[in-house]
Amino acid sequence: MTQALVNVPAKAKRGEAIEIKTLISHPMETGYRHDTNGQPIPRDIIHTFVARYNGEEVFRADLHPAIAANPFITFFTVATESGVIELTWTQDHRDPVTQTANITVE
Amino acid sequence: MTSVVICFLISTSFAAEIPQDERRSGTAFMTRETQAMQEDDRANPGMLAVLDGEALWKDAPPGAKACAGCHGEAATSMKGVAARYPTFDEARGRPIDLEQRINLCRTEHQHAPAFTWETRELNAITAYVANQSRGMPITAGTDERSRPFVEAGRALFNKRQGQLDLSCAQCHDDNWGKRLAGSVIPQAHPTGYPEYRLEWQSTGSLQRRLRSCVFGVRAEPLGYGAPEQVDLELYLMWRARGMPLETPAVRP
Amino acid sequence: MKRSPTAAPTRRRFLAVAGGVALAPLFVRSARATPATMAAAIREVVGEAPVREGKVTLELPPLVENGNAVPMTVTVESPMTAAEHVKRIHVFNEKNPQPYIATFHLGPRAGKAKISTRVRLADSQKVVAIAELSDGSFWSASADMIVTLAACVEETP
Repeated sequence: MTQALVNVPAKAKRGEAIEIKTLISHPMETGYRHDTNGQPIPRDIIHTFVARYNGEEVFRADLHPAIAANPFITFFTVATESGVIELTWTQDHRDPVTQTANITVE
Repeated sequence: MTSVVICFLISTSFAAEIPQDERRSGTAFMTRETQAMQEDDRANPGMLAVLDGEALWKDAPPGAKACAGCHGEAATSMKGVAARYPTFDEARGRPIDLEQRINLCRTEHQHAPAFTWETRELNAITAYVANQSRGMPITAGTDERSRPFVEAGRALFNKRQGQLDLSCAQCHDDNWGKRLAGSVIPQAHPTGYPEYRLEWQSTGSLQRRLRSCVFGVRAEPLGYGAPEQVDLELYLMWRARGMPLETPAVRP
Repeated sequence: MKRSPTAAPTRRRFLAVAGGVALAPLFVRSARATPATMAAAIREVVGEAPVREGKVTLELPPLVENGNAVPMTVTVESPMTAAEHVKRIHVFNEKNPQPYIATFHLGPRAGKAKISTRVRLADSQKVVAIAELSDGSFWSASADMIVTLAACVEETP
């Protein structure tokens, strides 16, 4: 089961740069390894991470196999208005994973 | 990942235990960066297993109650439980570890198949239960009935084995703090299991770690759940008695 | 008898080679980046533009316990306004199978040009972070890491 741990401050002051921390369970299989029978293990990675703030993209990361298993990504965004921050991880062979967090801006 | 470890250790006498006030968790031997990874729950990848375990705690097997159905809130019902494990089981007349207790709950009370050792599910539910005791002092092995099994585990810890003819004690009692290849030898206190190992890139059990230690000295690893392996777990937990539980620990 | 991690052993001698040899290739060696492939990958991103050192801070531990997950933070000096901000941060390495690590797309809405992640490093090597600013200029920082090899690791792939 894919688990994502997302930390978005519940409240922020308008104009403040807030830090968002994200962690998701994923093997980030590089595509460069072999199993015990010598068969290549196919690449299986999260290749794109996108953060949207009330629908508008505010951060994006293109990831390669050199990102560690269970990717940890932190970034900043300016608290502009109350609403929803939506985080999406897009992977090689399965559906994207999306998680949302609410933020109140005062 | 292939690995070959060659080491030469020459022993001149029997091991003695580390004095209580010199005992240190594996956390103390890590770099600042790895310590930081463990300390922040928003950055600790072992928390993904805890989160996964929380979902399993609330998830009822077909036709049965979920763990939560009997035990309610884990934060109260499971607080302190992991600090007592492995613990003496009346019905079996010997100690069982936390994974075995969880599987007995599944087979006897939930009438569900036991989780296979070292699966995502068993590690996750164990990590969730153990996380409820984080910060609490380890008390395993301190009761009278556990004593002979603690002693059996101690004997195994001090027994030289494998092609390298090494005992656990030769590294972890006598040479902790020194380096073996690029790694600092820790004191082998199992304070944070199931733990996230950067080596594994996942969360795993103490039994998995013990098996790879035994492999390291080129001996035949014990099977998962083997009584001798549980005795060794019990001895290690007793040896760490009083130290705070850290699950989920992060280790290199 | 008191002992500290650096003190001599008391009853047992740790003779000969205290430690040993560990061979743990993280990746298959047939496909490996080199300093030259990294330079080529950087050229693809920056084109003919000059890359100047400065403005970028790349934090990586100099001594890595395990190359499977190395904490990395990149910070770029920038007011992060509509007129003047960081557009992208590109990170490269010279000895993994591929020279690419990640590209982070930022903008004025970031407020602060600072990102963190964890990277895999197959070997001791150099990592380069390049910031692409809104005025079209490129700035860089690099770090050299020593990746130590662990003892007593598992045999499994």
